[in-house]
Parts: sequence; C-alpha cells; structure tokens
Amino acid sequence: MSAPAESPHPAASARIPPKLGGAAASGAAAPAGPGPAPHQQNGPAQSQMQVPSGYGLHPQNYIAPSGHYPQGPGKMTSLPLDSQCGDYYSGLYTVPTQNVVTPNTASQQPGAQHMYGRAPPAPHIVGSAPGSFQGAASSTSHLHTSASQLYSPFVNHYSSPAMYSANSSVASQGFPSTCGHYAMSTVSNAAYPSVSYPSLPAGDPYGQQMFTSQNAPTVRPVRDNSFSGHSTAISHPSPLPPPPSHQYHQQQSLSGCSTLSWSASGLSSTQDNLIRNHTGSLATANSNPTNTVADSLSCPVMQNVKPLKSSPVVSTVLPGASRRTPPAADRPAEPLASVTQPSELLQQKGVDSSSTTSSASPMPNSYDALEGGSYPDMLSSSASSPAPDPAPEPDPAPAPSAPQPSKMAKPFGYGYPTLQPGYQNATAPLNSGVPPSSPGYSGFQPYAQYPGMNQLSSSLGGLSLQSSPQPESLRPVDLTQERNILPTTPVWAPVPNLNVDLKKLNCSPDSFRCTLTNIPQTQALLNKAKLPLGLLLHPFRDLTQLPVITSNTIVRCRSCRTYINPFVSFIDQRRWKCNLCYRVNDVPEEFMYNPLTRSYGEPHKRPEVQNSTVEFIASSDYMLRPPQPAVYLFVLDVSHNAVEAGYLTILCQSLLENLDKLPGDSRTRIGFMTFDSTIHFYNLQEGLSQPQMLIVSDIDDVFLPTPDSLLVNLYESKELIKDLLNALPSMFTNTRETHSALGPALQAAFKLMSPTGGRVSVFQTQLPSLGAGLLQSREDPNQRSSTKVVQHLGPATDFYKKLALDCSGQQTAVDLFLLSSQYSDLASLACVSKYSAGCIYYYPSFHYTHNPSQAEKLQKDLKRYLTRKIGFEAVMRIRCTKGLSMHTFHGNFFVRSTDLLSLANINPDAGFAVQLSIEENLTDTSLVCFQTALLYTSSKGERRIRVHTLCLPVVSSLADVYAGVDVQAAICLLANMAVDRSISSSLSDARDALVNAVVDSLSAYGSTVSNLQHSALVAPNSLKLFPLYVLALLKQKAFRTGTSTRLDDRVYAMCQIKCQPLVHLMKMIHPNLYRIDRLTDEGAIHVNDRVVPQPPLQKLSAEKLTREGAFLMDCGSVFYIWIGKSCDNNFIEDVLGYPNFASIPQKMTYLPELDTLSSERARSFITWLRDNRPLSPVLHVVKDESPAKTEFFQHLIEDRTEAAFSYYEFLLHIQQQICK
Amino acid sequence: MAFTFAAFCYMLSLVLCAALIFFAIWHIIAFDELRTDFKSPIDQCNPVHARERLRNIERICFLLRKVRGTAPRGRRKGKADRGPELVLPEYSIHSLFCIMFLCAQEWLTLGLNVPLLFYHFWRYFHCPADSSELAYDPPAVMNADTLSYCQKEAWCKLAFYLLSFFYYLYCMIYTLVSS
Repeated sequence: MSAPAESPHPAASARIPPKLGGAAASGAAAPAGPGPAPHQQNGPAQSQMQVPSGYGLHPQNYIAPSGHYPQGPGKMTSLPLDSQCGDYYSGLYTVPTQNVVTPNTASQQPGAQHMYGRAPPAPHIVGSAPGSFQGAASSTSHLHTSASQLYSPFVNHYSSPAMYSANSSVASQGFPSTCGHYAMSTVSNAAYPSVSYPSLPAGDPYGQQMFTSQNAPTVRPVRDNSFSGHSTAISHPSPLPPPPSHQYHQQQSLSGCSTLSWSASGLSSTQDNLIRNHTGSLATANSNPTNTVADSLSCPVMQNVKPLKSSPVVSTVLPGASRRTPPAADRPAEPLASVTQPSELLQQKGVDSSSTTSSASPMPNSYDALEGGSYPDMLSSSASSPAPDPAPEPDPAPAPSAPQPSKMAKPFGYGYPTLQPGYQNATAPLNSGVPPSSPGYSGFQPYAQYPGMNQLSSSLGGLSLQSSPQPESLRPVDLTQERNILPTTPVWAPVPNLNVDLKKLNCSPDSFRCTLTNIPQTQALLNKAKLPLGLLLHPFRDLTQLPVITSNTIVRCRSCRTYINPFVSFIDQRRWKCNLCYRVNDVPEEFMYNPLTRSYGEPHKRPEVQNSTVEFIASSDYMLRPPQPAVYLFVLDVSHNAVEAGYLTILCQSLLENLDKLPGDSRTRIGFMTFDSTIHFYNLQEGLSQPQMLIVSDIDDVFLPTPDSLLVNLYESKELIKDLLNALPSMFTNTRETHSALGPALQAAFKLMSPTGGRVSVFQTQLPSLGAGLLQSREDPNQRSSTKVVQHLGPATDFYKKLALDCSGQQTAVDLFLLSSQYSDLASLACVSKYSAGCIYYYPSFHYTHNPSQAEKLQKDLKRYLTRKIGFEAVMRIRCTKGLSMHTFHGNFFVRSTDLLSLANINPDAGFAVQLSIEENLTDTSLVCFQTALLYTSSKGERRIRVHTLCLPVVSSLADVYAGVDVQAAICLLANMAVDRSISSSLSDARDALVNAVVDSLSAYGSTVSNLQHSALVAPNSLKLFPLYVLALLKQKAFRTGTSTRLDDRVYAMCQIKCQPLVHLMKMIHPNLYRIDRLTDEGAIHVNDRVVPQPPLQKLSAEKLTREGAFLMDCGSVFYIWIGKSCDNNFIEDVLGYPNFASIPQKMTYLPELDTLSSERARSFITWLRDNRPLSPVLHVVKDESPAKTEFFQHLIEDRTEAAFSYYEFLLHIQQQICK
Repeated sequence: MAFTFAAFCYMLSLVLCAALIFFAIWHIIAFDELRTDFKSPIDQCNPVHARERLRNIERICFLLRKVRGTAPRGRRKGKADRGPELVLPEYSIHSLFCIMFLCAQEWLTLGLNVPLLFYHFWRYFHCPADSSELAYDPPAVMNADTLSYCQKEAWCKLAFYLLSFFYYLYCMIYTLVSS
C-alpha cells in the first residue's frame, strides 16, 4: 500500500502541503517518514480513504500525525504547546492529525469531546514526554485490544462474502469508477480481518491497501503513513516502536486508542517507525492502482465519494465516499449486517461533501474528519454543549490516561471543530509528512475547507437551533400593492432554521414536510398564529439513494419504540437518549461496532445515525407469517359499455408488454376475473391447453368455482396468461349485456384474495346496476353549476366502505380505474379504494378512438402502475416528540390505532397528511422530531422498514412562527381539511373555511405588526402566496362553484387532493405557466446530457398571454400549449410542424420531433417536466379561439370569472373581512 | 303519602337509570379499548393481529350502531351474532323518561333532561358518516379527535346519569313522603 502511495508522492509532491493537510489527519505522520512529498500526495487520497474506511483509519492517521510531530520537532513542540485547541487549529497540521485521531477515539469513548480537547494536548505531551505517551498508549492499547476482540467477530462478518459483496455492489452502483476501488476494498476487507485482529504485519498491508484504495492516490501515501502511524501507535501501547505493520493493525481495530498511542509513539521514537510504516504504506498505496485510478476518475468530490466506496471495507469506503457522515452511517449501520447504501446515496453524499468541502481531493479526508467531528458534536450536544467543549477539551484531556488518548484523538479531530478535525487531519498528515508546520499547514487549511468545518463546529457547539429569524421570510409584503407576487422560479420548501449540522442530516422535504418549520412552543401560540399545523408525507417515494441496513438488532427506544435516528443524543458511548420520549436507552453491543470502518465504540457514526431516511431489512421478529408473495388480481368490466369504450385492448396490450416487469419474485401470482351481469373466472392452472372460463351466475351468493387454480403462478402459467390476454379483447365484442354486477365481483375478488392479500385492480365503466352495492344515479345535471348546495359528495351506501375494511383486514388493496362517459357515482365507488389503501384513476369520457388523448393517458398510466414499486401488508406509524399529538389523518388507509395507519398496499405515488396539535408545552425542548416508520413487504418477499425522521426547531415568538411557514404545505393540508369538511358538512362550509383561514392568519399577523397602516393588507414574505393559493383552491374543480362541474370530476379532484403527494398536488392547485416561444439556453440546466431551458414562471393571468406568444401550462396531469393568434410562424413551423396558425389542427396532443433548435428546446423542456410524474400528463395544443380554450382559461386563476373573484378582488375581499 | 303517577315515574326511572349508567360505562370501556393499542410493530405487522384489531373496532362500532340489522344480504351471515346495539336503546330509554315526566308534569325534571334529549336527537340525525347506518364509523372513529370526543361524551353522560340517579331517588322519596 505504501508503495503505491509513494508513487503518487512524486507527482503529488507539489500538492503535498495541502493534501498533507487533508491527509495529515489520516496518516500524516507516516508520510513524513517516507517522504513528505509523496505522503502529501497520498495524504489527500488517504484522508479520503481513511474517512471511508472508518474511524479506525482515521486514528491511524492521527497516529501518523503524531509521528509527524516527532518528525518535525518544532511541530511536536508546538503540538504540546498547542494543547490548547486554538493552537491546534492554527497548527492545523498537528491539530488536524490529532483531530483525526480524536474522531476515532471519540467514537469509542462516550465522553470523547472532552477527551478530544484533552487529547491534543496529551499527544503533545506525549511528544514531549515519551513516558506519558506510553502510558496513554498502553491505555489505548487496552482499548484496542478490547476493540480488536470485538472486531474480530465483526471482521468475520466483514469478511463474510455477503457483507463484502453488498458493499461492493453498493459501491459499484454508486460509482462505476469506484468499482475498481471496491474490488480493492473488498480485498482489503478480506485482509482486514487479519489486520484488525492481530496487529500482524500482514494485516497491516491489508489495512493499508484498504486505505489506499479508499484514498486518492496522493492521499494514499498519507493514509499509509497514517496507517502506519496508527499501527505504530497501537503497537506502541505496549512497545512504543512496534513494527509499522503491527501498528497498522492495531490502529485499524483500535483507531481511537491507537491515536493516542500514536501520539505517544510519535513523540517517543515511533516517528521513525511511523516513517517506515509510511513508506511501507506508500508502497502499498502504489500497489493499489485501483485506488489511484478511482481517485483520478473521481473529481475531487467524486474522488471522495469513490474513495469511500473503494474503501477496503465496503462499508467504510462507501461512507467515506458519501461524505463521511453518510459513509459513517453506513459503516456503523451493521457491524454484522452489511450496510448497502445505494450508490446514489453515496454519490449524493459525496457531492454534498464536495460542495461543502469545496474542492481539493484532500477534501474527502476533511469530510471524514467532518464526520468524525460531527459525531463528537453530536455527542457533545447530547452530553452538553459541544462547541464549548472542543476548545476546553485540549487542556483537560491530558489528565486522563487511557481515556484521554481516545479523547485526545477526538479532540484532535473534533475538538475544535469536529468537522475541522477531519480537515485538519487531512492537513495534519501533510504536516506530519512535511514537518514544516506553518507553511504546510497554511496550505492545508484552505484545502481542509475550514469554513465548512467552522460552520459545523459552530453549529454543533451552538446547538443554537433558534437563530435570528430570517428577515426575508418576515419582510412584510403589502399584498394589494405588489403586482407580481408570484416568483419567477419555482417555490422551494423553506429550510428549517437549524444549525448546519442538523440541516444536513434532516429529512428531504420531498418526503416529509411540516406546515410550520418553526414549531410554536404552546398551543396558545399556535392558536394565535391561526395557521394549520400538520405534516405532509410522501413516505414511499422513489428514491435514488437510500441506505439499506441489515442488522440483527434494530436499535429502538425501549419505551416509545422510536427507531434510532440522527437526532438522538448519545449520553456516552453506551447510552443514548430518545429524542421523542427522552428515555435513556442502552446501546446494544452490536451497535457499538461499525463494520464499515471496523471501528468499535462509534455508535454515532453508524448509518442509522447518519441518515434521516434509512431502510432496515427487518428480521423475522417483524413477521408472524411468512412475507406474502406479490399477488395481482385484475377484475375487468366486460359489459357492453366497457367493450364499446375499448379499454380492454389497451389494458391487455399493456399487461402483455409489462408482464415481466411486474414487481415480484418467483412466487408472484396473478389472476383475472371479468364481470357483466355474471362473474367469469379464468382457470389458468399450469397444464391446461388453454385458459378455461368459469361462469358464476349466482350473484347473490358468490362462490369460487375452483379456489386453487384461479390465482396462478405468473411464471409457471405465463403462456396461458398470454393466451388469455390476447384473447380477452375479442371475447366479448358481441356482448349485449348492459348490466354491471360490480359488488358481487368485488366480493368474489375479496374471497379469492383473502388467503394471501395483494392487489386487486378493478376496471369499471359504468354505474353498478346489479347485486350488492348497486347504485342509482344521484347527479342532477342541472345542478352542476349551482352556486348553492352541492350534494352527494359522500357515499350512497356503506357497501363499498365495509368491503374495503374487510379487504384491509386481509391485506388486500383495491385500485379503481373508472373509465366512464357518464355519471358513475365515484363518491361511492371510491370508498373501496379509500379505506383499503388503494388508488383511484379516473378517465372521464374514455373512448379508445374518439378520445385518443385519454387512451394514451391510460396507456402511460398503466405502464407506470404495473411497473412501479409496491409494498404489501404495510403499516405506517407516525411518532412525534412528547407533547405533540396527531389527530386527523388524510390519505387512503385505514386508521387502526391513534397513530397507526393500516396500508394493505403502499405505492410510491401515495401521499399522506397528518394534523397535529400541541398537547403539552414544549418549553423544555428546543427541538421536536417526527418519525414515520413504514413497515412493508417488498415485492421480493422481504420485510422492510423505511424510516424517515424530521427535526424542527421550537420557537416561542409569533414572529418566528410566521417566519417558518411552509405555505405550500399549509395549502395542501388546508385542501385536505376542506375535502373532509365538504363531505361531512357542505361545500360552502369548506369554501368559507378556506377563506377564513386566510383572513384569520393575515389578521393575526397584522395585529402583531403594530406599526402598519390598517388599510394595507400585509403578509409576511413567507405567507405572501397564501391568498393566491387559497384563491386557486377555491377555483379548483374540487371546490369551485358556479362553474359547471360534473360530480364525478369534483369527487375525483377531492380524491386526488387526499392522496397525492405535495409536489404533484401543488401543480394541480396552482399550475405553472411558461412562455415557450422564446426559449433560450440562459439559465438552462443539464439533465442527462440534455440542455433543459428554464423559462421564468408567469402569473396565471390572461394579461400575460400575448397574441404573439405560445405558452405552456403545466397542470400536473395535463399540459396545455396555448398558441396565440399572431404567434410567430417560425415557431409554429419549427415546433409544431405546421406552416401557420390556421393550419394547426384543433386536436393536437403531441409535439413532432423536428430537427430544429426551438423544437428541441421545447421538447426537452416538456420531457423534463414530465419526468417523475406518477400520472403521465397529456399534452393538449390549444389554439386561441378554439372551443378547447375554455379548458385552458379556467386555470388562469388570477382572472375574474363569472362566478369567482379575480386575485385583486379576492384581496380586497379579505381586507374587508379583516377590517370587520 | 301517596303513590302517584309521578312516584311511579321516578321509580321506573331509577331502574332504567341504572341501565343507562351501565350503557355509559360500557361506552367508556369500549372507547378505552379502541384507544389502547400495542406499541410493538411486531404485533402490528401481524395480519392476524390486524384482522383482530379490525374486527374489534367493527364490533365496537357495530354495538354503537344506530339501527339494528341492516347488514347487507349474504355477506355477513356468519357474523350476525354481534349482539345488540346499544345506542338506540339508550336513546329510547332516555326519551321514555322525558315522555313520562311530561305526562307526570314534573317540569323541573323534564327541564333537566331536555338538553340531553335534544343532544340525542342531534346525534342521531347528524351522524358523522354521511348516509351511514353507523353512528360511529370505523374508518373515522380512530381519529384521535373523534375518539377523544366520544370518550368525553361518555364520561359526561356517566356523570349526568349518576347525578340523575340520585336526583330521581330523592324525588321519588319526596313524592312518596309528601302527599
């Protein structure tokens, strides 16, 4: 390993100083021995490596630094002197290394922070007084030994192919380039066991390899050094100058301890040893070509990522790559179990780290350090004030012997800046490598990205979640004066006002949002603010990266069963305090070991604690029956009406195309039923020559003719299924049966599915007219545009609701596809999906030839529907910090207990909302957390738990509450509440409530701002879009009055409001309007090698529509392109393919692929908008003055209509109400 | 000392009031049962548990049904032994009181009972689930708001019935003693 490192050295020598800074942490000391320059080069890479590899590695690095210290007498002295934190920082070199060490130690020792602070001094002391170091070393050695023992088991685990493979796979996924690294890493992993266990020389090489692989080439030397240093340190404990190899081993296992020892060793005489080790390590590094390659491949950031992945221990490598924290998390995740983070996650982390760190390959190291730092911070925060500790730490550290070392190590890395340590470490290696303290340091520091470190440290130390309110979000806006209220760029979710550290860890707003990102302290304060408090969840959304954790024990709070998450506090190494119920829990032994880093005693670095969104593979404890197979049943309406509409052709075609893509494993089962006035079953049992149709005409008492052969294994009976799908569309072409016995068909489906559970997809085209659950038409077409009472929004019968509850009990979800041209009482039919956690699709006026756009939409929706992820027999529990309570849930599910939702199926397009209330004052806490845990059976038959955790600050002033309003989340929650209100009370009640919500909140805000004129309508900047969005809601199909709206359309809009995730719902409520006839590349973004123009958002008003332009409206499920009468002929020709406006057809639903720049831009923009939509939007080209334009114009919500206010009038109305 | 119609009314009320107290206690127990749940996800994910839980909720809600026996044809044949509904008897017993006191011209007692009578009427005709035969709707009852409202309602009724029990006892003796 060292050899490879060396090779890079020459080249990297120039870099060395900076890199050393980065690398210093890892193996700075070692580099010093071999040659500063090479080490330096290696250093950066190494640092990266170290980070990924694990804390243990870091410690090694630290040791190396210590070695460095000795090398540079001046430095050494300075270090001891530096014992003060500040000094350390200044002397990044020494300090960094120390810091690096510290992380490891910190992880090992609960009180690491203090220790850290002390630790640095201690090392220094060691340097000055070898004897003292020895003592420290010995103590450390003890730790190491213990650690090593633990490790050995762990190591075994690591060594286990599964672990490695998983890691490797992850790595490979994440980073192709890294793959090589992975391989390396895996190899090294294999080596690790030996290394970690015994501080054998052989083991050392492995470790080194690992490191090198992880680290960038340049870094590698450093790493090696560091490793050597570590190893030396480790070995040192007993024998100060043990062979480097030994040292390495020890270091790996006992990274934290070793660090201490290192310092000692380095101080004493080990320096030479270290140096030697470094050289050796360098050689090894050289040997790791892959590592170098990986480094080269990866950009600075990328490199980091890659190194992580590449890191010998996959887990370690990955974590490192993904920014230390993530990697760390991964590593920690399961000592035994492999933590497979999606490569994507790692990448992201890497990116993040890169962004944070800035540039420089050394950065990775710094990341590692950062991670380490963050941990300590975490610890410190839990223990006390993190920030203060770091500074003081150095001083106190010296006293404790064994603990001190560990502590010291932490201090080094962390102490000061937990993050900084990492950086420092990186720099430190350099320093160590390059004795010259000052110059090297200075160079390193920049690399180290101190800013990031400082931020972290400050954030950590401060724990000051409540920083000064964001002035921008509180800036009063006079709504009536502001003409352009809508920003030209999309509205993003506000970022909770947390410290940088927690912000980074917090859950993505795409999965988890709260209407108030500053939680009021008391219910009284919330009442004063007059804003809704609730959560919006998208728990099962498709993630590009997700850490998956396999562990024997899933660590949870013993009293409230909360899963361990990034926001818990570690009181010491052995105990953590639940952030929801504040109970102190023990850290299980298994959790102490971090397989990725092969380090022990760093529970805060495990992936569970580093990621707010994780997925656990649940053990058999979490299932009382074997996980169910994927079971799909299709229940198809084949009455005359259905055959006439022609959906069967499209469905069967889609199914045939996607039969192999249906999520599932070898147990997947599938079945078909059709019904008109009778029910038809299809026997598809393997061995039959053709599908057998069985007709049951007794719809009053449905029975299953052959219960065993109706649901068949997809793979065994594939030919029969294909035959059936090919035959189905033509089987009923001559049917004269007009009745539809949907109820009995559903009963039969329920009976069929009861034994297993699964998914029932129902296709219905008309009002059920026979048997149980028959419905009458309730709609009076003359009342469609009534401004008074809208009736029949609720179900006409309980039949469907009860059936849904029965299905839910049997883990069966019913998805409803309603394709009808007439009233079909969706309000009643939808219940069957609502309470069984299904989903609802509605295609009004569906006809396969007369309405091609709907047919195309069905086709695309089916493709998504059939191939998207699915989870079976799921339950979702939402927990929140003591004092908060959830009361009302919105979405499709059955509420089984006050905080438990029963979801027979979960799909990635399902969103949920929860209303919250504050039951107890939150005065004694500054943070509240929310956790959703979704337990489901994947289509592969695995029991999995997806956990999201959101952390928000608590505030005590009304101004802060207003500053943190997430207006989009608030609107979505209000929409959900309004749907409930319109069903339980009346539509006009719901509309009034919506208006009142605006009036109340704005008047409440107005009363807090005393110096305002009473005539002005003011809102805080964070709420300025509130009236606009509410007006949009009032004009939405679900709530509008006075405009002709079919009852089914209205009910469908309500269903969508209830079950769509926020991102999609917002587009439905407030469409985006863009002008597309003048797209430019200005501000364009690049997605998959395509240039996507980013035109500014236009407000939804006809005043923005010029006759010369062409506009695109994105309504979520529909796109409209409106072409002005005087639109430029060039645009029409280039984009639409017609010579002029007059020749554009009335119905146009696609853009031709023309080879012109403007066409390319328009299409890439539309394609980009279409990506990641659950419902594929249909495109309508609307000519000005065509009859279809009313569809388009009804979305211009800022304009006045016959029945509704314009935006300005609405504001005046609100103002009037406030003044009353 | 006279056994008047009023005295008879009070005696009957006394007995029936005991029944009402029973109903109120039953409500409280039922809602408490709904509220308590196992925290263990291991249990939660168990489909057997899910079914039991669902059945439990349905059973309780069924007992609280407004109207007896409109179970859909066929489907629930095996589950017909769900026991009597409790809401309607409670409401009718209370209405009976009011009618009796009206006949007995016990205006004060009637006045005390009329608010509850009106509440019962409102509750009966304005049930939470639209067009539902259930006064307590399984999908909605687990809503924490609904549940706590129902619990409060049950406790208040219990207190009211207890107080009225002693009031009836006092009135009965008073009418018997006073000529």
